[in-house]
Amino acid sequence: MPKSSTRLTVRKTYKLFIGGKFPRSESGRTFVVNGDNVALASRKDARDAVVAARAAFGGWSGTTAYNRGQVLYRIAEMLQARRAEFKALKVPGDELDAAVDRWVWYAGWSDKIAQVAGGANPVAGPFLNVSTPEPTGVVAVIAPTSLLGLVSVIAPAIVTGNTTVVLAPEPQTAITLAEVLATSDVPGGVVNILTGRYPETAPWLATHADVNALDLTGAEPGELAAELERDAAGTLKRVIRPPAGSSGFDADPGLRPMTALLETKTVWHPKGY
Amino acid sequence: MTVTATTPVDLRAFLHGLPGVDEVGVEARAAMLATRSIKADAKAAAIDLAVRMVDLTTLEGADTPGKVRALCAKGIRPDPTDPSCPSVGAICVYPSMVPVAAAALAGSGVHLASVATAFPSGQAPLEVKLADTRAAVAAGADEIDMVISRGAFLAGDYRAVSDEIVAVKQAAGDAHLKVILETGELATYDNVRRASWLAMLAGADFIKTSTGKVAVNATLPITLVMLEAVRDFRDRHGRQVGVKPAGGIKTTKDAIKYLVLINETAGSDWLSPDWFRFGASSLLNDLLMQRSKIATGHYAGPDYVTLD
Repeated sequence: MPKSSTRLTVRKTYKLFIGGKFPRSESGRTFVVNGDNVALASRKDARDAVVAARAAFGGWSGTTAYNRGQVLYRIAEMLQARRAEFKALKVPGDELDAAVDRWVWYAGWSDKIAQVAGGANPVAGPFLNVSTPEPTGVVAVIAPTSLLGLVSVIAPAIVTGNTTVVLAPEPQTAITLAEVLATSDVPGGVVNILTGRYPETAPWLATHADVNALDLTGAEPGELAAELERDAAGTLKRVIRPPAGSSGFDADPGLRPMTALLETKTVWHPKGY
Repeated sequence: MTVTATTPVDLRAFLHGLPGVDEVGVEARAAMLATRSIKADAKAAAIDLAVRMVDLTTLEGADTPGKVRALCAKGIRPDPTDPSCPSVGAICVYPSMVPVAAAALAGSGVHLASVATAFPSGQAPLEVKLADTRAAVAAGADEIDMVISRGAFLAGDYRAVSDEIVAVKQAAGDAHLKVILETGELATYDNVRRASWLAMLAGADFIKTSTGKVAVNATLPITLVMLEAVRDFRDRHGRQVGVKPAGGIKTTKDAIKYLVLINETAGSDWLSPDWFRFGASSLLNDLLMQRSKIATGHYAGPDYVTLD
């Protein structure tokens, strides 16, 4: 059979990533980005994503740090293997390298952060006093547009055992990253990605009583961001704002992105005499 | 037809003379009704009605007096921050916990149901079952949830099942009698229909799907068959019988599907806690969370309701 032009193009629809699956928006809505159809998430998709993230939290936070590190390293491997897809989406090569490296960097931190953020406390009494960091819970993230930015907000949240609902403004990159996550032994629901317009969905997450933290890294500074912060205060969420004057994600992120999403549990144990 | 006037042969002939259930049809109809969308004011009303219909249940070997008291407090005032939140229909416990629950519920208007008759298997001699029932009523239960002998029913000994219900009804005295058919063990919809009629003919005040202790609990199609049975029974005998699905109903969405089913099958006469109950435990928290979503305008979370 001759090679002919009769073969139909296989067009791709970029769908949401919720609970390890790629559903369309429950609203049925789509929008077009750079010629591709992309699902336009609704508040009910956000609600479903929180349910998926909450359901995944017990298992993921209970996984050993060692195992979580392996999973993050696996993400780096899979991202490496899919370089061509990201190149086709016009992600620069050096940014891709940095994104892969960032997964590896955070993978290494998984079983070390507890030593740095916790430890034995000297106390004036007959007690063994130990502080250990624990994950905050379900984290809603307004993600930045770049691949490196996306990795730089997801990785520090999940490496310590949190689960996430990510509102991604750059849908093709985000959903291609979701395909990496879906093939990397990341349990379904640990990372959920919603594409669409965050001003529509973010307020529902900011007020949601089952969301424990809100990362505003990708939010435009302004009235909406301030409003989201006020909403988050209603249920005492942790709020992460991008540091003033920061631009880009090339610099060493330091420990702050991880420690911002950890709670400290301190145990007083009698020494027994 | 009344039970006292029948011989075993008549009863069998009557039950087997009931029209068969169209399995595909009943499942399709239940699935179709489950797609109804209930919004806004109707949803708020449905949630409050569902709260009032809950038989808040704890049937664990690990039940303690403290746990039962906590459950009673929750049943009387499900949402302590909102005085407009109604109380549940009843608290449902094992007979040994009835005295504790009776003291906790005194004067609240919340009914006290006790399972009895060797719940959940029903595999005990009749005398034991009757003593179980009398003890629960004497301790203060005003509703008795009995189990039928599925073994006898499946063996075709309908008379034995019927006699047992009559005897328990007598032992229960003024207490409302709910008869648990354990539909998950009856295998077919035809059997569910027969067991429903058998229980109603023998004097049941309520027919209840399940114990919650077997793999298959309440489902929409089974409840649909039972609602048809109570509707037809009232048409024929003039006596209204209630329905209680139990087990596996966990979300507000599920509960509203049942309310739609009642309205479309038996009619609005059954849309009352006197004639319909949900046997449930985790359902109440979900109802409260949906209630709070409507009141506050934002999604609620399990951190804001009690752990039961």
